[in-house]
Amino acid sequence: MRLPLLALLARGPAHGYELKQDLEQLLGAAYPQPNVGQIYVTLGRLEKSGLIEGEEVEQSSRPNKKIYHLTDAGREALHAWYEETSDEPRVRDEFFMKLALAPRTGLADQIALINKQRREYLNTMRNLSKLAAAESRDNRISQLLIEGAMLHLQADLDWLERCQEELEELE
Amino acid sequence: MNRATPRTAASGTATPRTAASGTAASRAGAPSPRPEDSDTPLLRAEGLVKTHYGEGAPAHAVRGVDLSVRQGEFVAVTGPSGAGKSTLLHLLGGLQRPGSGSLWLDGECTDAYSEARWAVERRRRIGIVFQFFNLVSNLSVADNVELPALLAGLSPRQARTEREQLLDELGLAGKERSMPGELSGGEQQRVALARALVNHPRLLLADEPAGSLDSKGTREVTRLLSRFHQRGQTIVLVTHDARLASAADRVISFFDGRIADDAVLDTAPARGTGISGVLELRD
Repeated sequence: MRLPLLALLARGPAHGYELKQDLEQLLGAAYPQPNVGQIYVTLGRLEKSGLIEGEEVEQSSRPNKKIYHLTDAGREALHAWYEETSDEPRVRDEFFMKLALAPRTGLADQIALINKQRREYLNTMRNLSKLAAAESRDNRISQLLIEGAMLHLQADLDWLERCQEELEELE
Repeated sequence: MNRATPRTAASGTATPRTAASGTAASRAGAPSPRPEDSDTPLLRAEGLVKTHYGEGAPAHAVRGVDLSVRQGEFVAVTGPSGAGKSTLLHLLGGLQRPGSGSLWLDGECTDAYSEARWAVERRRRIGIVFQFFNLVSNLSVADNVELPALLAGLSPRQARTEREQLLDELGLAGKERSMPGELSGGEQQRVALARALVNHPRLLLADEPAGSLDSKGTREVTRLLSRFHQRGQTIVLVTHDARLASAADRVISFFDGRIADDAVLDTAPARGTGISGVLELRD
Protein backbone atom coordinates (compact mmCIF):
# COMPACT_ATOMS: atom_id res chain seq x y z
CA MET A 1 0.00 0.00 0.00
CA ARG A 2 3.00 2.37 0.47
CA LEU A 3 3.60 3.26 -3.14
CA PRO A 4 -0.05 3.61 -4.18
CA LEU A 5 -0.46 6.10 -1.34
CA LEU A 6 2.60 8.02 -2.49
CA ALA A 7 1.20 8.00 -6.01
CA LEU A 8 -2.09 9.44 -4.79
CA LEU A 9 -0.17 12.26 -3.12
CA ALA A 10 1.73 13.12 -6.31
CA ARG A 11 -1.10 15.39 -7.44
CA GLY A 12 -1.16 17.38 -4.23
CA PRO A 13 -1.60 17.22 -0.44
CA ALA A 14 -4.43 15.22 1.07
CA HIS A 15 -5.52 13.75 4.39
CA GLY A 16 -5.96 10.09 5.20
CA TYR A 17 -9.68 9.87 4.68
CA GLU A 18 -9.44 11.57 1.29
CA LEU A 19 -6.87 8.99 0.24
CA LYS A 20 -9.18 6.17 1.24
CA GLN A 21 -11.95 7.71 -0.83
CA ASP A 22 -9.65 8.20 -3.80
CA LEU A 23 -8.68 4.53 -3.69
CA GLU A 24 -12.29 3.40 -3.45
CA GLN A 25 -13.32 5.57 -6.33
CA LEU A 26 -10.45 4.40 -8.51
CA LEU A 27 -10.74 0.69 -7.89
CA GLY A 28 -14.42 0.32 -7.14
CA ALA A 29 -15.79 -2.97 -5.91
CA ALA A 30 -12.86 -4.87 -7.34
CA TYR A 31 -10.67 -3.92 -4.47
CA PRO A 32 -11.41 -5.16 -0.96
CA GLN A 33 -12.38 -2.01 0.89
CA PRO A 34 -9.21 -0.27 2.05
CA ASN A 35 -9.15 -0.23 5.80
CA VAL A 36 -8.82 3.32 7.02
CA GLY A 37 -6.74 2.23 10.00
CA GLN A 38 -4.30 0.53 7.69
CA ILE A 39 -4.03 3.70 5.66
CA TYR A 40 -3.19 5.78 8.74
CA VAL A 41 -0.59 3.25 9.85
CA THR A 42 1.04 3.29 6.42
CA LEU A 43 1.00 7.07 6.32
CA GLY A 44 2.75 7.09 9.71
CA ARG A 45 5.44 4.79 8.39
CA LEU A 46 5.90 6.83 5.23
CA GLU A 47 6.31 9.94 7.35
CA LYS A 48 8.85 8.23 9.58
CA SER A 49 10.93 7.23 6.59
CA GLY A 50 10.83 10.79 5.29
CA LEU A 51 8.87 10.15 2.13
CA ILE A 52 5.94 12.35 3.16
CA GLU A 53 5.36 15.10 5.68
CA GLY A 54 2.23 15.80 7.65
CA GLU A 55 0.87 19.11 8.83
CA GLU A 56 -1.71 19.40 11.54
CA VAL A 57 -4.66 21.50 10.53
CA GLU A 58 -7.00 22.78 13.19
CA GLN A 59 -10.68 22.22 12.74
CA SER A 60 -13.22 24.13 14.77
CA SER A 61 -15.72 21.41 15.62
CA ARG A 62 -13.64 18.29 15.11
CA PRO A 63 -10.23 17.00 16.15
CA ASN A 64 -7.29 18.21 14.11
CA LYS A 65 -6.59 16.48 10.84
CA LYS A 66 -3.25 15.87 9.29
CA ILE A 67 -2.62 16.86 5.72
CA TYR A 68 0.21 15.02 4.03
CA HIS A 69 2.39 16.02 1.13
CA LEU A 70 5.22 14.32 -0.73
CA THR A 71 8.81 15.17 0.15
CA ASP A 72 11.60 15.19 -2.44
CA ALA A 73 12.63 11.74 -1.23
CA GLY A 74 9.03 10.61 -1.70
CA ARG A 75 8.93 11.91 -5.25
CA GLU A 76 12.23 10.15 -5.87
CA ALA A 77 10.82 6.86 -4.56
CA LEU A 78 7.81 7.25 -6.83
CA HIS A 79 10.03 7.88 -9.86
CA ALA A 80 12.01 4.75 -9.03
CA TRP A 81 8.74 2.82 -8.77
CA TYR A 82 7.74 3.81 -12.27
CA GLU A 83 11.25 3.12 -13.59
CA GLU A 84 11.32 -0.54 -12.64
CA THR A 85 9.19 -3.19 -14.27
CA SER A 86 7.04 -5.32 -11.98
CA ASP A 87 7.66 -8.96 -11.12
CA GLU A 88 5.89 -11.67 -13.09
CA PRO A 89 2.98 -13.37 -11.36
CA ARG A 90 4.00 -16.68 -9.87
CA VAL A 91 2.72 -20.14 -10.61
CA ARG A 92 0.48 -21.54 -7.89
CA ASP A 93 3.43 -23.19 -6.29
CA GLU A 94 1.74 -24.68 -3.27
CA PHE A 95 -0.68 -26.64 -5.38
CA PHE A 96 2.12 -27.67 -7.68
CA MET A 97 4.13 -29.16 -4.81
CA LYS A 98 1.07 -31.04 -3.58
CA LEU A 99 0.55 -32.45 -7.03
CA ALA A 100 4.18 -33.31 -7.62
CA LEU A 101 4.55 -35.07 -4.28
CA ALA A 102 1.19 -36.85 -4.22
CA PRO A 103 2.39 -40.19 -5.69
CA ARG A 104 5.24 -40.41 -3.17
CA THR A 105 3.03 -39.83 -0.19
CA GLY A 106 0.31 -42.19 -1.32
CA LEU A 107 -2.05 -39.81 0.45
CA ALA A 108 -3.85 -38.31 -2.51
CA ASP A 109 -4.78 -39.13 -6.08
CA GLN A 110 -3.40 -36.63 -8.57
CA ILE A 111 -6.50 -36.50 -10.75
CA ALA A 112 -8.73 -36.05 -7.71
CA LEU A 113 -6.46 -33.21 -6.58
CA ILE A 114 -6.74 -31.53 -9.96
CA ASN A 115 -10.52 -31.89 -10.00
CA LYS A 116 -10.79 -30.40 -6.54
CA GLN A 117 -8.53 -27.51 -7.42
CA ARG A 118 -10.45 -26.88 -10.63
CA ARG A 119 -13.71 -26.59 -8.70
CA GLU A 120 -12.11 -24.05 -6.42
CA TYR A 121 -10.81 -21.95 -9.34
CA LEU A 122 -14.12 -22.17 -11.19
CA ASN A 123 -15.96 -20.91 -8.16
CA THR A 124 -13.54 -18.04 -7.79
CA MET A 125 -13.95 -17.31 -11.49
CA ARG A 126 -17.69 -17.27 -11.03
CA ASN A 127 -17.39 -14.85 -8.15
CA LEU A 128 -15.18 -12.61 -10.23
CA SER A 129 -17.78 -12.63 -13.01
CA LYS A 130 -20.41 -11.60 -10.49
CA LEU A 131 -18.17 -8.87 -9.22
CA ALA A 132 -17.62 -7.60 -12.75
CA ALA A 133 -21.36 -7.66 -13.38
CA ALA A 134 -22.05 -5.76 -10.16
CA GLU A 135 -19.42 -3.12 -10.83
CA SER A 136 -20.31 -0.16 -12.97
CA ARG A 137 -19.25 -0.75 -16.56
CA ASP A 138 -17.99 2.82 -16.65
CA ASN A 139 -15.34 2.15 -14.06
CA ARG A 140 -12.76 0.93 -16.51
CA ILE A 141 -9.94 0.61 -14.03
CA SER A 142 -12.02 -1.61 -11.79
CA GLN A 143 -13.26 -3.69 -14.72
CA LEU A 144 -9.73 -4.12 -16.00
CA LEU A 145 -8.53 -5.26 -12.60
CA ILE A 146 -11.23 -7.92 -12.47
CA GLU A 147 -10.56 -8.96 -16.05
CA GLY A 148 -6.86 -9.30 -15.26
CA ALA A 149 -7.64 -11.56 -12.33
CA MET A 150 -9.92 -13.63 -14.55
CA LEU A 151 -7.32 -14.03 -17.26
CA HIS A 152 -4.74 -15.17 -14.71
CA LEU A 153 -7.19 -17.68 -13.35
CA GLN A 154 -7.98 -18.79 -16.88
CA ALA A 155 -4.27 -19.53 -17.36
CA ASP A 156 -4.22 -21.52 -14.12
CA LEU A 157 -7.22 -23.52 -15.31
CA ASP A 158 -5.62 -24.16 -18.69
CA TRP A 159 -2.56 -25.37 -16.89
CA LEU A 160 -4.63 -27.72 -14.69
CA GLU A 161 -6.09 -29.10 -17.89
CA ARG A 162 -2.59 -29.76 -19.22
CA CYS A 163 -1.65 -31.51 -15.98
CA GLN A 164 -4.73 -33.68 -16.25
CA GLU A 165 -4.06 -34.57 -19.87
CA GLU A 166 -0.48 -35.58 -19.14
CA LEU A 167 -1.12 -37.39 -15.90
CA GLU A 168 -4.17 -39.30 -17.12
CA GLU A 169 -2.08 -40.85 -19.86
CA LEU A 170 0.17 -42.35 -17.23
CA GLU A 171 -2.64 -44.06 -15.42
CA MET B 1 -41.37 -26.44 -27.00
CA ASN B 2 -44.63 -26.29 -28.82
CA ARG B 3 -45.46 -22.99 -30.29
CA ALA B 4 -49.09 -22.97 -31.17
CA THR B 5 -49.13 -19.43 -29.84
CA PRO B 6 -45.70 -18.13 -30.63
CA ARG B 7 -45.93 -14.87 -28.73
CA THR B 8 -46.50 -16.56 -25.42
CA ALA B 9 -43.80 -19.17 -25.78
CA ALA B 10 -41.45 -17.57 -23.31
CA SER B 11 -38.21 -19.45 -23.44
CA GLY B 12 -38.28 -22.26 -20.93
CA THR B 13 -39.61 -21.23 -17.61
CA ALA B 14 -39.61 -23.83 -14.87
CA THR B 15 -43.39 -23.85 -14.74
CA PRO B 16 -44.79 -27.28 -15.38
CA ARG B 17 -46.64 -27.23 -18.63
CA THR B 18 -50.10 -28.62 -18.46
CA ALA B 19 -51.24 -27.41 -21.85
CA ALA B 20 -51.45 -30.06 -24.54
CA SER B 21 -47.88 -30.48 -25.53
CA GLY B 22 -46.12 -30.79 -28.78
CA THR B 23 -47.53 -29.69 -32.07
CA ALA B 24 -44.09 -30.68 -33.29
CA ALA B 25 -44.45 -34.09 -31.73
CA SER B 26 -47.90 -34.81 -33.12
CA ARG B 27 -46.94 -33.57 -36.53
CA ALA B 28 -44.01 -35.94 -36.55
CA GLY B 29 -46.22 -38.85 -35.58
CA ALA B 30 -45.66 -39.14 -31.86
CA PRO B 31 -49.15 -38.44 -30.58
CA SER B 32 -48.75 -39.49 -26.97
CA PRO B 33 -48.52 -36.47 -24.69
CA ARG B 34 -45.14 -36.06 -23.10
CA PRO B 35 -44.80 -35.87 -19.37
CA GLU B 36 -43.59 -32.34 -18.81
CA ASP B 37 -43.46 -32.10 -15.07
CA SER B 38 -40.35 -30.61 -13.60
CA ASP B 39 -38.94 -34.02 -12.62
CA THR B 40 -38.45 -35.02 -16.23
CA PRO B 41 -35.05 -33.82 -17.35
CA LEU B 42 -35.14 -31.68 -20.46
CA LEU B 43 -32.31 -33.73 -21.80
CA ARG B 44 -31.09 -37.17 -20.81
CA ALA B 45 -28.35 -39.23 -22.36
CA GLU B 46 -27.40 -42.77 -21.50
CA GLY B 47 -24.31 -44.61 -22.62
CA LEU B 48 -23.62 -42.31 -25.58
CA VAL B 49 -20.77 -43.56 -27.75
CA LYS B 50 -19.41 -42.03 -30.92
CA THR B 51 -16.42 -43.31 -32.80
CA HIS B 52 -15.09 -41.62 -35.91
CA TYR B 53 -13.82 -44.00 -38.54
CA GLY B 54 -11.51 -42.33 -40.97
CA GLU B 55 -8.01 -42.96 -42.11
CA GLY B 56 -5.86 -44.65 -39.52
CA ALA B 57 -7.07 -45.86 -36.16
CA PRO B 58 -10.69 -45.22 -35.16
CA ALA B 59 -11.05 -42.10 -33.00
CA HIS B 60 -13.11 -42.66 -29.87
CA ALA B 61 -14.61 -39.19 -29.51
CA VAL B 62 -17.32 -40.02 -26.96
CA ARG B 63 -16.92 -43.14 -24.87
CA GLY B 64 -19.97 -43.83 -22.81
CA VAL B 65 -21.55 -40.63 -21.53
CA ASP B 66 -24.48 -40.47 -19.13
CA LEU B 67 -25.86 -37.00 -18.71
CA SER B 68 -28.99 -35.34 -17.47
CA VAL B 69 -29.88 -31.69 -17.86
CA ARG B 70 -32.79 -30.22 -15.95
CA GLN B 71 -35.11 -27.54 -17.18
CA GLY B 72 -33.53 -24.14 -16.60
CA GLU B 73 -30.04 -25.46 -15.99
CA PHE B 74 -26.94 -23.89 -17.49
CA VAL B 75 -24.30 -26.56 -18.05
CA ALA B 76 -20.83 -25.97 -19.41
CA VAL B 77 -18.67 -28.75 -20.82
CA THR B 78 -14.96 -27.93 -20.78
CA GLY B 79 -11.87 -29.83 -21.73
CA PRO B 80 -8.87 -29.78 -24.05
CA SER B 81 -9.38 -29.67 -27.78
CA GLY B 82 -9.83 -33.13 -29.17
CA ALA B 83 -11.45 -34.38 -25.97
CA GLY B 84 -14.68 -34.97 -27.86
CA LYS B 85 -16.75 -32.22 -26.32
CA SER B 86 -17.96 -30.80 -29.63
CA THR B 87 -18.90 -34.28 -30.80
CA LEU B 88 -20.89 -34.68 -27.60
CA LEU B 89 -22.76 -31.46 -28.29
CA HIS B 90 -23.45 -32.55 -31.86
CA LEU B 91 -24.93 -35.77 -30.53
CA LEU B 92 -27.17 -33.78 -28.18
CA GLY B 93 -28.45 -31.68 -31.08
CA GLY B 94 -28.86 -34.57 -33.49
CA LEU B 95 -26.20 -33.17 -35.81
CA GLN B 96 -24.44 -36.50 -35.47
CA ARG B 97 -25.92 -39.82 -34.45
CA PRO B 98 -24.44 -41.95 -31.70
CA GLY B 99 -22.90 -45.34 -32.44
CA SER B 100 -24.72 -46.58 -29.37
CA GLY B 101 -26.61 -45.17 -26.43
CA SER B 102 -29.85 -43.26 -26.20
CA LEU B 103 -31.02 -39.70 -25.89
CA TRP B 104 -34.29 -38.33 -24.50
CA LEU B 105 -35.67 -34.86 -25.08
CA ASP B 106 -38.36 -33.87 -22.60
CA GLY B 107 -38.69 -37.52 -21.68
CA GLU B 108 -39.16 -38.56 -25.27
CA CYS B 109 -36.70 -41.07 -26.73
CA THR B 110 -35.08 -39.74 -29.89
CA ASP B 111 -33.50 -43.00 -31.02
CA ALA B 112 -35.94 -43.45 -33.87
CA TYR B 113 -35.82 -39.81 -35.05
CA SER B 114 -35.14 -39.37 -38.75
CA GLU B 115 -32.86 -36.65 -40.08
CA ALA B 116 -35.94 -34.69 -41.08
CA ARG B 117 -37.37 -34.99 -37.59
CA TRP B 118 -34.12 -33.73 -36.08
CA ALA B 119 -34.19 -30.79 -38.48
CA VAL B 120 -37.65 -29.93 -37.18
CA GLU B 121 -36.47 -30.23 -33.57
CA ARG B 122 -33.55 -27.92 -34.29
CA ARG B 123 -35.99 -25.36 -35.55
CA ARG B 124 -38.41 -25.67 -32.64
CA ARG B 125 -37.05 -27.20 -29.50
CA ILE B 126 -33.30 -26.76 -29.93
CA GLY B 127 -31.36 -23.64 -30.87
CA ILE B 128 -27.68 -23.91 -31.73
CA VAL B 129 -24.82 -21.40 -31.96
CA PHE B 130 -21.45 -22.31 -33.40
CA GLN B 131 -17.90 -21.07 -33.10
CA PHE B 132 -17.84 -19.61 -36.61
CA PHE B 133 -21.37 -18.18 -36.44
CA ASN B 134 -22.51 -20.00 -39.63
CA LEU B 135 -24.61 -17.05 -40.75
CA VAL B 136 -25.84 -17.02 -44.33
CA SER B 137 -23.38 -14.57 -45.84
CA ASN B 138 -25.60 -13.24 -48.63
CA LEU B 139 -28.57 -12.58 -46.38
CA SER B 140 -28.93 -9.45 -44.27
CA VAL B 141 -28.82 -9.63 -40.49
CA ALA B 142 -32.62 -9.29 -40.37
CA ASP B 143 -33.14 -12.12 -42.88
CA ASN B 144 -30.71 -14.39 -41.09
CA VAL B 145 -32.77 -14.07 -37.93
CA GLU B 146 -36.19 -14.18 -39.54
CA LEU B 147 -35.52 -17.17 -41.78
CA PRO B 148 -35.79 -19.88 -39.10
CA ALA B 149 -38.92 -18.20 -37.74
CA LEU B 150 -40.54 -18.29 -41.17
CA LEU B 151 -39.45 -21.90 -41.64
CA ALA B 152 -41.09 -22.71 -38.32
CA GLY B 153 -44.36 -21.34 -39.60
CA LEU B 154 -44.52 -17.81 -38.23
CA SER B 155 -46.15 -15.16 -40.37
CA PRO B 156 -43.74 -12.60 -41.86
CA ARG B 157 -45.13 -10.03 -39.45
CA GLN B 158 -44.63 -12.23 -36.42
CA ALA B 159 -41.13 -13.09 -37.60
CA ARG B 160 -40.31 -9.42 -37.94
CA THR B 161 -41.60 -8.62 -34.50
CA GLU B 162 -39.55 -11.42 -32.97
CA ARG B 163 -36.49 -10.34 -34.86
CA GLU B 164 -36.84 -6.69 -33.86
CA GLN B 165 -37.23 -7.64 -30.23
CA LEU B 166 -34.19 -9.89 -30.19
CA LEU B 167 -31.86 -7.61 -32.12
CA ASP B 168 -32.84 -4.79 -29.85
CA GLU B 169 -32.20 -6.91 -26.81
CA LEU B 170 -28.81 -7.97 -28.15
CA GLY B 171 -27.73 -4.41 -28.84
CA LEU B 172 -27.95 -4.80 -32.62
CA ALA B 173 -30.70 -2.32 -33.37
CA GLY B 174 -29.71 -0.39 -36.49
CA LYS B 175 -27.72 -3.31 -37.89
CA GLU B 176 -30.63 -5.19 -39.43
CA ARG B 177 -29.75 -4.23 -42.99
CA SER B 178 -26.05 -4.99 -42.62
CA MET B 179 -24.56 -8.07 -44.19
CA PRO B 180 -22.81 -10.49 -41.82
CA GLY B 181 -19.43 -9.73 -43.39
CA GLU B 182 -19.73 -6.08 -42.38
CA LEU B 183 -20.00 -6.94 -38.69
CA SER B 184 -17.34 -7.68 -36.10
CA GLY B 185 -16.99 -11.23 -34.80
CA GLY B 186 -18.76 -10.31 -31.58
CA GLU B 187 -21.67 -8.79 -33.49
CA GLN B 188 -21.94 -11.79 -35.80
CA GLN B 189 -22.11 -14.08 -32.80
CA ARG B 190 -24.91 -11.97 -31.36
CA VAL B 191 -26.81 -12.29 -34.63
CA ALA B 192 -26.26 -16.05 -34.46
CA LEU B 193 -27.61 -16.00 -30.91
CA ALA B 194 -30.70 -14.11 -32.08
CA ARG B 195 -31.21 -16.66 -34.83
CA ALA B 196 -30.86 -19.54 -32.39
CA LEU B 197 -33.38 -18.01 -29.98
CA VAL B 198 -35.96 -16.64 -32.40
CA ASN B 199 -38.18 -19.72 -32.08
CA HIS B 200 -37.89 -19.79 -28.27
CA PRO B 201 -36.25 -23.20 -28.12
CA ARG B 202 -36.44 -25.08 -24.86
CA LEU B 203 -32.77 -25.93 -25.18
CA LEU B 204 -29.92 -23.75 -26.38
CA LEU B 205 -26.75 -25.56 -27.44
CA ALA B 206 -23.59 -23.50 -27.87
CA ASP B 207 -20.44 -24.93 -29.41
CA GLU B 208 -17.41 -22.76 -28.51
CA PRO B 209 -19.45 -19.57 -28.98
CA ALA B 210 -16.47 -17.46 -27.92
CA GLY B 211 -13.91 -19.58 -29.72
CA SER B 212 -13.20 -17.01 -32.39
CA LEU B 213 -13.78 -13.90 -30.30
CA ASP B 214 -11.33 -11.72 -28.42
CA SER B 215 -11.48 -11.12 -24.69
CA LYS B 216 -14.04 -8.35 -25.00
CA GLY B 217 -16.27 -10.40 -27.30
CA THR B 218 -16.03 -13.32 -24.89
CA ARG B 219 -17.22 -11.13 -22.06
CA GLU B 220 -20.12 -9.96 -24.14
CA VAL B 221 -21.24 -13.50 -25.02
CA THR B 222 -20.84 -14.54 -21.39
CA ARG B 223 -23.02 -11.68 -20.24
CA LEU B 224 -25.74 -12.43 -22.78
CA LEU B 225 -25.88 -16.16 -22.08
CA SER B 226 -26.13 -15.38 -18.37
CA ARG B 227 -28.95 -12.98 -19.02
CA PHE B 228 -30.99 -15.49 -21.04
CA HIS B 229 -30.25 -18.15 -18.45
CA GLN B 230 -31.57 -15.92 -15.68
CA ARG B 231 -34.84 -15.77 -17.56
CA GLY B 232 -35.07 -19.53 -17.54
CA GLN B 233 -33.31 -20.54 -20.74
CA THR B 234 -31.78 -24.01 -20.52
CA ILE B 235 -28.27 -23.93 -21.96
CA VAL B 236 -25.63 -26.54 -22.70
CA LEU B 237 -22.36 -24.92 -23.63
CA VAL B 238 -19.11 -26.41 -24.88
CA THR B 239 -16.09 -24.19 -24.29
CA HIS B 240 -12.43 -24.24 -23.44
CA ASP B 241 -12.80 -20.77 -21.96
CA ALA B 242 -13.06 -20.96 -18.19
CA ARG B 243 -14.50 -17.48 -17.89
CA LEU B 244 -17.39 -18.48 -20.08
CA ALA B 245 -17.73 -21.83 -18.31
CA SER B 246 -17.92 -20.18 -14.91
CA ALA B 247 -21.12 -18.41 -15.93
CA ALA B 248 -22.79 -21.84 -15.82
CA ASP B 249 -24.35 -23.47 -12.74
CA ARG B 250 -22.60 -26.68 -13.47
CA VAL B 251 -19.30 -27.48 -15.13
CA ILE B 252 -18.52 -30.85 -16.65
CA SER B 253 -14.86 -31.58 -17.31
CA PHE B 254 -14.50 -33.72 -20.36
CA PHE B 255 -11.32 -35.67 -21.01
CA ASP B 256 -10.71 -38.26 -23.63
CA GLY B 257 -14.37 -38.85 -24.44
CA ARG B 258 -15.47 -39.22 -20.85
CA ILE B 259 -16.80 -37.10 -18.02
CA ALA B 260 -13.93 -36.64 -15.58
CA ASP B 261 -15.75 -34.34 -13.19
CA ASP B 262 -19.23 -32.90 -12.87
CA ALA B 263 -19.27 -29.95 -10.50
CA VAL B 264 -22.13 -27.74 -9.36
CA LEU B 265 -20.74 -24.25 -8.81
CA ASP B 266 -21.52 -22.01 -5.86
CA THR B 267 -24.73 -20.18 -6.16
CA ALA B 268 -24.07 -18.26 -2.99
CA PRO B 269 -23.07 -14.63 -3.36
CA ALA B 270 -19.38 -13.87 -3.64
CA ARG B 271 -17.42 -15.17 -0.69
CA GLY B 272 -14.37 -13.40 0.60
CA THR B 273 -11.52 -15.86 0.46
CA GLY B 274 -11.14 -16.78 -3.19
CA ILE B 275 -11.56 -13.37 -4.68
CA SER B 276 -9.83 -11.09 -2.25
CA GLY B 277 -6.71 -13.21 -2.60
CA VAL B 278 -6.79 -12.99 -6.35
CA LEU B 279 -7.37 -9.28 -6.33
CA GLU B 280 -4.94 -8.45 -3.59
CA LEU B 281 -2.78 -5.53 -4.61
CA ARG B 282 0.48 -5.85 -2.82
CA ASP B 283 3.08 -3.30 -2.05
